[in-house]
Amino acid sequence: MEFTGLLNTFLGKVILSVAGVMIVFTFNALIAVWLERKISGHIQLRLGPMEVGPHGLLQSAADGLKLICKEIITPQGVDKKLFAMAPYMVFFPSLLMFIVIPFSDKLQVQDLNIGLLYFFSISCIATIGIFMAGWASNNKYSLMGAVRSIAQSIAYEIPIILSILSIVILTQSLRLSEIVKAQSNMWFIVPQFVPFIIYLISAIAELNRTPFDIPEAESELVAGFHTEYSGMRFAIFFMAEYTNMFLVSAMATTLFLGGWNGPVLPPVVWFFIKTYAIVFVIIWVRWTFPRLRPDQLMNFCWKFLTPLALINLLVTTFILKLL
Amino acid sequence: MEEMKDIRQDFYVNMGPQHPSTHGVLRIVLRVEGERVISSETVLGYAHRGVEKMAESKTYVQMMPVMDRFDYVSSMLYEWAYVGAMERALGITPPERAEFIRVIMGELNRMASHFLWVGAFLLDLGAFTPFLWVFDARERILDMFEEVTGQRMTNNYFKIGGVHYDITPEFLKMVDDFLKMIYERMQDVEVLIESIIFLERVKDLGFITKEDVFNYGLTGPVARGSGVLVDTRKTEPYSVYEKINFEIPLGTKGDCYDRYRVRMQEILQSAKIVEQAVGMLPEGPYAEKAPKVVKLPEGEYYFAVESARGLLGVYLLSDGSTKPYRFKLRVPSFANLSIIDKLLPGNKISDVVAILGSVDIVVPEIDR
Repeated sequence: MEFTGLLNTFLGKVILSVAGVMIVFTFNALIAVWLERKISGHIQLRLGPMEVGPHGLLQSAADGLKLICKEIITPQGVDKKLFAMAPYMVFFPSLLMFIVIPFSDKLQVQDLNIGLLYFFSISCIATIGIFMAGWASNNKYSLMGAVRSIAQSIAYEIPIILSILSIVILTQSLRLSEIVKAQSNMWFIVPQFVPFIIYLISAIAELNRTPFDIPEAESELVAGFHTEYSGMRFAIFFMAEYTNMFLVSAMATTLFLGGWNGPVLPPVVWFFIKTYAIVFVIIWVRWTFPRLRPDQLMNFCWKFLTPLALINLLVTTFILKLL
Repeated sequence: MEEMKDIRQDFYVNMGPQHPSTHGVLRIVLRVEGERVISSETVLGYAHRGVEKMAESKTYVQMMPVMDRFDYVSSMLYEWAYVGAMERALGITPPERAEFIRVIMGELNRMASHFLWVGAFLLDLGAFTPFLWVFDARERILDMFEEVTGQRMTNNYFKIGGVHYDITPEFLKMVDDFLKMIYERMQDVEVLIESIIFLERVKDLGFITKEDVFNYGLTGPVARGSGVLVDTRKTEPYSVYEKINFEIPLGTKGDCYDRYRVRMQEILQSAKIVEQAVGMLPEGPYAEKAPKVVKLPEGEYYFAVESARGLLGVYLLSDGSTKPYRFKLRVPSFANLSIIDKLLPGNKISDVVAILGSVDIVVPEIDR
């Protein structure tokens, strides 16, 4: 009896978690795309979507419906298995990453003791998916986009890891719930402002968004690695991008902005407010700056961000030791 | 190891004719080694319609609307060149008011063209917002055209001896409002555009020396960006440009940034010209009487204007009939494009679009 009870609670937990993750994921895919279009519209002296629903709120749903209805085109000469698999290789890591996000003190799928490590290891898998897409497409632009993506992801993971290492040193833990609890008095953005900026820049680079969108540089590589994709397969790439945007913002909230800590409002509301504030900044940056050249991007990472993150790590360690 | 020798590191990339940033149906065959361009070859002819041959079977007046379709971005400057050549042949001098209206329209059109260029150039570099910001200003110019000519593009407004319609008080008010906002708008746009990323991307890129300007016959902002004063409005003044006080902005180094600066300053200079021309606008007729059937006297006629892209010349060879014996255009984009193959090798693929964008080509006027 005890065994079935355990199974029940475990199964129940799994089902609840999957449902919860899917709700957050769907909600975000709809809201983030709408936000991007609205914010970009207002930045560009126009209104953005206005027709479908009040202020175009249902526009993302309508677009999703359109993409589902579209024919999936597999061009000649592609590696069919890889070509079909690639979108999911990009998409599933972003679902897996939801597991460790602490939405509030109770709302967390699994509070792993290596949560931080888990999050950033899983995020690397998406790069393989992007390379699969570029390689299988049998298109020179796609391949170039994929090669650029690999170079960029490898380069920018280093400053990300270095910048969050100082947080780990401060809290002595990789468990995300403990990192949030450690910020109940002071958010880590105050003592660790430089890593926050490094994290934000590198996160935008990991997301392949302007000004670091060289893997899909529209004016150079047509659409980069997803040039040959259409219909739902393209939509999955698209959703993965917006989910990742939510995830890196959620991680920035957890690590630097005190997670779900906040007065009056319930913790989960605070979490979403902070996360979407970061999402807003990422969107804002995209619609303001032009794109960097690949070699400038590499120079910026290796000659500026990485040394800066290293210096910050050193300084943090010294100060902690002296205290 | 023997097999390894056969593996080539370089490959070809076909940029265009369908590519987001070749500005139309231009094709560039790039030989690249990774990201670096080794050599390039521009291939033309995808928009060739044989218009110069077509002109020989059309009467002079029938050809007027076709003139708009070469460079649809600055169409009235094309009409001006064609009308100018015919007026020179017929010995007609348009009335003063018509000349000033032409200057106003021509300069507004130049501004519209430069606005489009700024937006498209920044799109090539990956920034989307400046495109919409300058399009807001361009939209106002197109509204003015609609007010007077009835069309927003391909206006067909000029005619032999003047213009088709007089400008309206409504139009003058629109010009006034536009001139009030444009200086401030240009400052905003400059602040938005000239971020450190933009400067890193375009400075010291795609140098055109003064020798290149003469060797390749470059004109317009491309030549002026290298510090060479070639501007038909100053060197060979036509219409009433002599009465108007304006400067020709010049670059110093001849890189993409200088070409960008020159165009941005030209927008302000054009605004100054429009301001003066509106102030000096005399009363009187807006068109001289022109013959009902246009027959040019036998001979060769040439008229050049400064289009938004450079020196634009119309050459007419007449045998005395109602149709030209030979019709030839000297278009600025064709000469300006010729330097591309010299500029690209050694640069990255990302720079290809930046350099191509900085030259500002319109494909239908190259392939005519």
